[in-house]
Amino acid sequence: MSEVKYSKEHEWIKLEGDVATIGITKHATEMLGDIVFAELPEKGSNVEKDGTAGVVESTKAASDVYTPVSGEVVDTNQAIVDDPSKINQDPEDSAWFFKLKIKDQSEMDTLMNKDDYDKFAKETSV
Amino acid sequence: MNIKKTSLYQLHQENSAKFVEFAGYQMPIQYSEGIVEEHKFTRNHSGIFDVSHMGQLFIYGDENLIKDLEKIFPLDLKNLKLNHSKYSFLMDKDAGIHDDLIITKIYQGFLIILNAACKDNDFKILKELLEEKYKMVLDENRSLIAIQGPKSSQILNDIIDGVKDLNFMSGNWFSFQDHKVYITRSGYTGEDGFEISIPNDFVDKLTRELINKGSKLIGLGARDTLRLEAGLCLYGHDLNKDKTPVEANLKWAISKERISKGDFIGSDIIIKQLNNGVSKIRVGIKPEGRIIAREKTKIFNQSDVHIGEITSGTFGPSVNGPVAMGYIENEFSKKDTKVFLEVRGKKHPANICGLPFYKKSYVKGATK
Repeated sequence: MSEVKYSKEHEWIKLEGDVATIGITKHATEMLGDIVFAELPEKGSNVEKDGTAGVVESTKAASDVYTPVSGEVVDTNQAIVDDPSKINQDPEDSAWFFKLKIKDQSEMDTLMNKDDYDKFAKETSV
Repeated sequence: MNIKKTSLYQLHQENSAKFVEFAGYQMPIQYSEGIVEEHKFTRNHSGIFDVSHMGQLFIYGDENLIKDLEKIFPLDLKNLKLNHSKYSFLMDKDAGIHDDLIITKIYQGFLIILNAACKDNDFKILKELLEEKYKMVLDENRSLIAIQGPKSSQILNDIIDGVKDLNFMSGNWFSFQDHKVYITRSGYTGEDGFEISIPNDFVDKLTRELINKGSKLIGLGARDTLRLEAGLCLYGHDLNKDKTPVEANLKWAISKERISKGDFIGSDIIIKQLNNGVSKIRVGIKPEGRIIAREKTKIFNQSDVHIGEITSGTFGPSVNGPVAMGYIENEFSKKDTKVFLEVRGKKHPANICGLPFYKKSYVKGATK
């Protein structure tokens, strides 16, 4: 079973072979409120670790989505673009954002495990 | 600076409100269910809004007061009946808008509801213009709540008998457990509803009773999506000192009788703009896709020329899509004109459209 890791920008990442599935955490959706718009990176494009790779908007404001690792976008989740409320409903599973063929496996080591992330999320929430 | 709290602060906390600072007040932006649910609940049932941060200005005087106020507001105040309300503006000499407001004729005077961020400045301006001839009270001892949505009339009438017989844009004094409350049939959501001016000490009690009857507290977040769907302006965004009522497409609110005389502050500019037209005007804008164009988004025409700017934009939960309004060069203001909105460096197609985005359901006559 592959371990899920977490970034300080509140993304989760699940690695299977050399393909990583990335989304935003439940904690992130709770901070954002109702998500009403999602924009994803283009399939085939390359994204760099900590670079922007999409946007989510709530009724209140727009927020960038960052990628916690570098790689080529091999798939995107059109379902959340068509119905962004799915992101609030199931953020850490069916409402994933994009899949990357990752370049450098060692980038995973810089990320947090679940316990560390939960602690981080608790400390940083207002 | 000390952040002020309204008399409903504790009740907001009990309902898990998220607070923001707004115009110097700690105000609830949303409660636990979130903006979209709160918005829909208001449209389908009944929502309560704490708008106690807004100014309640009472001015008392005789016929001279009416004459003096007509020099300030573009309204036919001498023919405004007792307990009837009008939407209007406080303008400068160039017809720039200091504030938009609701003015109601009450016994021996007027009640003016002012925006929270403007009320102190409005008070100063009006005091100077009226040369301190009249008793003016910006009443901090009264709270203001709005109850909006199709079930509101029944809910409020169960507690304060008789309110359901009020007509739209009219009001009266009622009593809530022997306390005098002034209630108008009005609001800012595009729904039937009421605004209730009540002494601070009793607003908590009344609000809890309204909640017990099935209404729910709604935050400023949903108030914003509701008013935008209804095509209503938000001061400081859609209206400010650089815009006139004619540019804001609000000429319906200016009395024709008063325009013919032209003796109010800003009337020269208003008359000129009504005769010659304006170069920019407020319009509704509907993006074609799901992209949300927020305040300050630039608007371009088909030839990529910058022709305007969004002043309010969000996702409209009842429209189930993005909605916006903004100011655009007059020649592009016709309905169905195609424009482009620059969001995050990309241009997205949109169309000029009529307002409101969501059909109003005000009650015109009283329901028996």
